[in-house]
Amino acid sequence: MRVHAVVLAFCAAILSALPAFAADPVRLGAVLSVTGPASFLGEPEKNTIQMEVDKINAAGGVLGRPLEVVILDDETDVNKAVLATDRLLKKEQVSAILGPTTSGNSLAVMAKAAAAKVPLVSCSAAEKITKPVNPYVFKVAPSDRLAAARILSHAKKQGYKKLAILTVSDGFGQAGREVLKELVPAGGFELVADEVFGPKDTDMTAQLTKIQGASPDAVICWGTNPGPAVVAKNRVQLGIKTPLYMSHGVASKKFIELAGEAAEGLLLPAGKITAAEKLPDADPEKALLVAYTKGYGERYSAPVSTFGGHGYDSLHLVVDAINAAGSDKPQAIRDALEKTKDFPGVGGIFSFTPEDHAGLGPDAFIMLGIANGDWVIVGE
Amino acid sequence: MLSGAPQYLVSGLTQGAAYGLIGLGFTMIFNTTGIINFAQGEFVMLGGMLAVWFAASGLPLVVAVLCACLATAVVGALMERLAIRPLAGAPAINAVIITIGVSILLRGGAMLAFGKDTVALPAFTGTAPILALGAAIQPQSLWVLAVTLALLAALKLFFAATIQGKAMLACACQQKAASLVGISVARMALLSFGLSGLIGAAAGAILAPITMTAYDVGMMLGLKGFAACILGGLGNPFGAAAGGLVLGVLEAFGAGYVASGYKDAFAFVVLLLLLFVKPSGLFGQAGVERV
Repeated sequence: MRVHAVVLAFCAAILSALPAFAADPVRLGAVLSVTGPASFLGEPEKNTIQMEVDKINAAGGVLGRPLEVVILDDETDVNKAVLATDRLLKKEQVSAILGPTTSGNSLAVMAKAAAAKVPLVSCSAAEKITKPVNPYVFKVAPSDRLAAARILSHAKKQGYKKLAILTVSDGFGQAGREVLKELVPAGGFELVADEVFGPKDTDMTAQLTKIQGASPDAVICWGTNPGPAVVAKNRVQLGIKTPLYMSHGVASKKFIELAGEAAEGLLLPAGKITAAEKLPDADPEKALLVAYTKGYGERYSAPVSTFGGHGYDSLHLVVDAINAAGSDKPQAIRDALEKTKDFPGVGGIFSFTPEDHAGLGPDAFIMLGIANGDWVIVGE
Repeated sequence: MLSGAPQYLVSGLTQGAAYGLIGLGFTMIFNTTGIINFAQGEFVMLGGMLAVWFAASGLPLVVAVLCACLATAVVGALMERLAIRPLAGAPAINAVIITIGVSILLRGGAMLAFGKDTVALPAFTGTAPILALGAAIQPQSLWVLAVTLALLAALKLFFAATIQGKAMLACACQQKAASLVGISVARMALLSFGLSGLIGAAAGAILAPITMTAYDVGMMLGLKGFAACILGGLGNPFGAAAGGLVLGVLEAFGAGYVASGYKDAFAFVVLLLLLFVKPSGLFGQAGVERV
């Protein structure tokens, strides 16, 4: 009886694997925060990877073999991310790992991938992931430093001298605060106020009143929704006319929706995907971004985001490296990844070198303004 | 140094009025049934989320807010019918634990139904600030204060002038005696849960344009409302409203002059200090039976 069942199951397995390809699949793994606090990042990453894998397979796969990505959910939990990575390396025997979604989880699992000599392409932004360079670890999310630099170069052009910063007291905000406290004085500005708000705070009038007391030329607010939307509303409420820069952490239509009229006239650095339709036709990235936006919208009936783009970039960089190397051996993928040059991704044009595993330049961010509830591309 | 004071006062009173309303909900249920309803914060969340949902489905804002309040009142009544009444005769602490369960259920249900995103409700009458006495007041803040006062006045009337209201007071005073003179204690409990849902939802809906709302805001708001009614003296509805205002103002000044990061801590520190000095709260009579 039992033998019977085993034979049946075996036949079923063979039959189900037959129609598409006869060859062994190319196996990749992904550790993403599909649920938990960072699900707004992980969910679009997972959706994008699944969509792109289907597309690649429909077009004949990789090296003439089917592509398979084992996606594990770490629930935005460091311990679960470590366990998931272990499973991908030992049990699933994957050739490369995409993710993790969050910086904390990426830092926690990096060493494991490196010890197993399997390349890992993180979807998170922390500089520590690629500084110092670990030969097996790459990342696709642009560093906060690039976004801050983009804001400051715009402020420089406007002739601002005195800047105030208002950051959220979580990982994203505090990383941004460190970068700003370093770059603001280095850029020849004076930092006149440094205020903080809690991720769940619903009233920032106290901080804004204090900042106004220091009379800055412009304010930089660094956080993810919903805090910055409250800041925007309070600013209008207090009748403050000082220009306000937001961070790339709120570069989505969701922010405009939350802040409503209070979003008018704000400025922020964002990946090109945020305003893909508005890019000039000459932009080398435009076709790719518009196609991705359209495909994602059709399949998931949800707006596209920068975050899903990180999933796209990590997958396609690895696939590109496999094609370039002509092999799916982890070491070959790693070597080919490091030679990646001018690869057009959603987050920007990637070029890795042995000294630079982050791969993006300042052109990863464009400056956007908000007018009539929509994005406008602002020049330098 | 005092430049921000008027601004902090306005922010504090606005937040405080909402805390007071939430505290009022706690008090109503406590008075009639003797239990603390820890799902009160979830009523507030439902008020905000449902108002946004009704507004998004095309209803005019006023209608959406009213629908949200009524729907939450129904949720409150259902909660009493399905989760609290079957426990009749059990110790009050069992019912209190059940309310914690209901709050988790409502939070999870809201997450599945409305998603995990923060959502905003448009302000009732524009966002052009009114400048007065060195503070910028949002029109919505005036709405919050006005609705709070209106609800307080309506409740005062309800308790003083209607037979239902008097019956509820009687239940609060002495349940056995009340049922002996023919008051249905069960019906009063149902009514108090429904009213509590209505008041909580009103607080959530009027606050949503200012603070925005999400499926998980209930926990903190519930705790603040609970602190407000302890501060005012448990069992005294108008003490709860006053306690809320005191709490809101303390929070705003704490955030402005000390450190905004510790905003949530101020309320609870003050509450503890007060309870050491005057365990019955600001306006409570000593000897109230505690759960």
